Amino acid sequence: MSLNDLLVNLNLIMPITILTAWACVLLLVDLFIPKERKGITALLAALGLLVALALVISRAGVATSAFNGMIMIDGFATFMSVIFLFSGLAGIAVAYDYLIRSGIERGEYYVLLLFSIVGMMLMAAAADLIMVFLALELLSIPLYVLAGIAVPRPDSEEAALKYFLLGAFASGFFLYGTALVYGATGSTALTEIVSATTSGGVNLSFLVIGAGLILVGLGFKVAVVPFHMWTPDVYQGAPSSVTAFMAVGAKAAGFAALLRIFVLAFPPLAMDLTPVLWALAAFTMIIGNVIAIAQRNIKRMLAYSSIAHAGYIMMALVPYGQGNVAADTVASALFYLLAYMLTSFAAWAVVIALEHNMGEGRDTDGLSLEDYSGLGQKQPALAAAMTVAMLSFIGIPPTLGFVGKFYLLRTVIEGGFPGLALIGLLTSLVSAYYYLRVVVYMYMRDGEPVVRREPWLYFTALATAVGVVVLSIFSEPLFNWASQAVLKLI
Amino acid sequence: MVPIQYFIGLSAILFTIGILGVLIRRNAIIIFMSVELMLNSANLAFITFARMYQSLDGQVFVFFVMAVAAAEVAVGLALIVAIFRNKQSIDVDQINSLHG
Amino acid sequence: MLLEYLPIAVLLILALLLAGIVIALGHMFGPRHPTERKSMPYESGMRPIGPGTRRMPVHFYLVAVLFILFDIEVMFFLPWAVIYKKLGVFGLVEMLIFIAILGVGYVYVWKMGALEWE
Repeated sequence: MSLNDLLVNLNLIMPITILTAWACVLLLVDLFIPKERKGITALLAALGLLVALALVISRAGVATSAFNGMIMIDGFATFMSVIFLFSGLAGIAVAYDYLIRSGIERGEYYVLLLFSIVGMMLMAAAADLIMVFLALELLSIPLYVLAGIAVPRPDSEEAALKYFLLGAFASGFFLYGTALVYGATGSTALTEIVSATTSGGVNLSFLVIGAGLILVGLGFKVAVVPFHMWTPDVYQGAPSSVTAFMAVGAKAAGFAALLRIFVLAFPPLAMDLTPVLWALAAFTMIIGNVIAIAQRNIKRMLAYSSIAHAGYIMMALVPYGQGNVAADTVASALFYLLAYMLTSFAAWAVVIALEHNMGEGRDTDGLSLEDYSGLGQKQPALAAAMTVAMLSFIGIPPTLGFVGKFYLLRTVIEGGFPGLALIGLLTSLVSAYYYLRVVVYMYMRDGEPVVRREPWLYFTALATAVGVVVLSIFSEPLFNWASQAVLKLI
Repeated sequence: MVPIQYFIGLSAILFTIGILGVLIRRNAIIIFMSVELMLNSANLAFITFARMYQSLDGQVFVFFVMAVAAAEVAVGLALIVAIFRNKQSIDVDQINSLHG
Repeated sequence: MLLEYLPIAVLLILALLLAGIVIALGHMFGPRHPTERKSMPYESGMRPIGPGTRRMPVHFYLVAVLFILFDIEVMFFLPWAVIYKKLGVFGLVEMLIFIAILGVGYVYVWKMGALEWE
């Protein structure tokens, strides 16, 4: 590699390069921004995300690999990068006023958010297990800090510690799995893993155990049952703006890595892995939805709902090994992640608008279902956004969630797993109970909800809710775009 | 020369001890040490395989893992210190204010 | 194949034996007259005050963590230094980027006052 190659490669991953440099610069610039004007940092961070977004979109259609095959720039990476950058923008929008009123506004919040997004984008582009590991850590470590940014609030501290310990535990599994795959095939590059496997002579037991450990590690990150125990506590304890970002970004990044690793490197192991994936998806959908029914705290309810949705996306991964379905696997999972992103932010923005702080160092309030009573009369716009989000979570038309579930189920049936599709359908019906309960509280109970009038929160809630409805009408081109993001070896 | 299997066996044993430590111990610091043990058992496996294949890749990975582990230490210890100042305890069973 | 390790085993056993014998001999034949002064931690030095395990100011921990971070990052210089002639300008530029990123962290830490000893 010469100096020129370095510049060429850095140029190939320009959005990531710029975002990294911008985050570093912002960290220093923030030191000179006075305490009461941290809005400037937020604005600058959003600006960086917008520039990166423009770069990503302007380079859509490029398919190449960079840094000796460590990174792949392709349709898949582009699609996921768009999701990450949008969740970053939404993450800043919901955080800005929330941080001020909770008394935890710090410039580092936005910088850490940027670093985390860099990690996510690298994760979607990584074509080498070591690169995936580094990206995983780059996305997780800022999130551990963000979860605990409200210190000394006890629930934030507790959430951060739990997230940290289990996240590090998961990284351990992922890393050991990587080591075993390296031992079995002599390489950590996804392309070489699959070529070594198909040419034979690999230690299959190492390879299968390694793949299993990688699945466990990433399973923790995306919160599939039985690796979900941390999710409700962390989602509840972390500041809500962090939870919103984490619920979308970390999950999408985890699935990006799962999709790329499994579809590119592990098709030869489909015989062994498909039953495992099947069981994970089924249990996640059932347990996530059933436990969510019992939740009275809206943050915990959404946490279990996010677990359930991890199950739905996992469902698309089950037939990953069948060559003709693999393209649909990727496309439907990507589409569902997009739907989940928009829906999730609509719901979380409303949750943040209703949350109120009980004062310095105290826990927060306004999170129980009763606090939503009467929202339909007092704040029709927010209630409508929440309703759209709930309908989309269930999968009722005309929402993006419906279209997403439709494509998911179609993929699963195409792959020859009608039983799993049935479980998905039935659990969606079950989930209607607790999602619609929120709607019932909002419109059919009287109450005096305490709501903040904060422009960015309103904007995020309404924009994402409108997006959920409008994009569902134009879902065909969107799905075609996702279909172009198929994973192939470059 | 010691056969490769011994090293892999040792790393598997260390990894298992790490998992058990996380699952059984209740002190946050010890849990964290167990996680580090898991990472280092993976390092041992990497180096062993790198030697087996006569390639440097595996050894370079270990550098990255060590750097990442150091970053995790910084964040983890900061969190544990913050919690200890608040609660005078780092027993994870006593850190349980969050529930449904 | 285990036979190759025989010399090490012999050495270990001999070392343990010798050390054990010497201590045992001293124990058996040496005169012992323990006094209060002799059993103090510093036999002819200052009197110890307070318990041995004191709480440390949290600042020690902060400095220690910062030290670990920068110390470990410097580890990446080692492989670079070994082959830096082969890498030439490319390696130098890569290293400078790396150092610049480390520098950002350093400036941040400095400006936040984590290095002040108050």
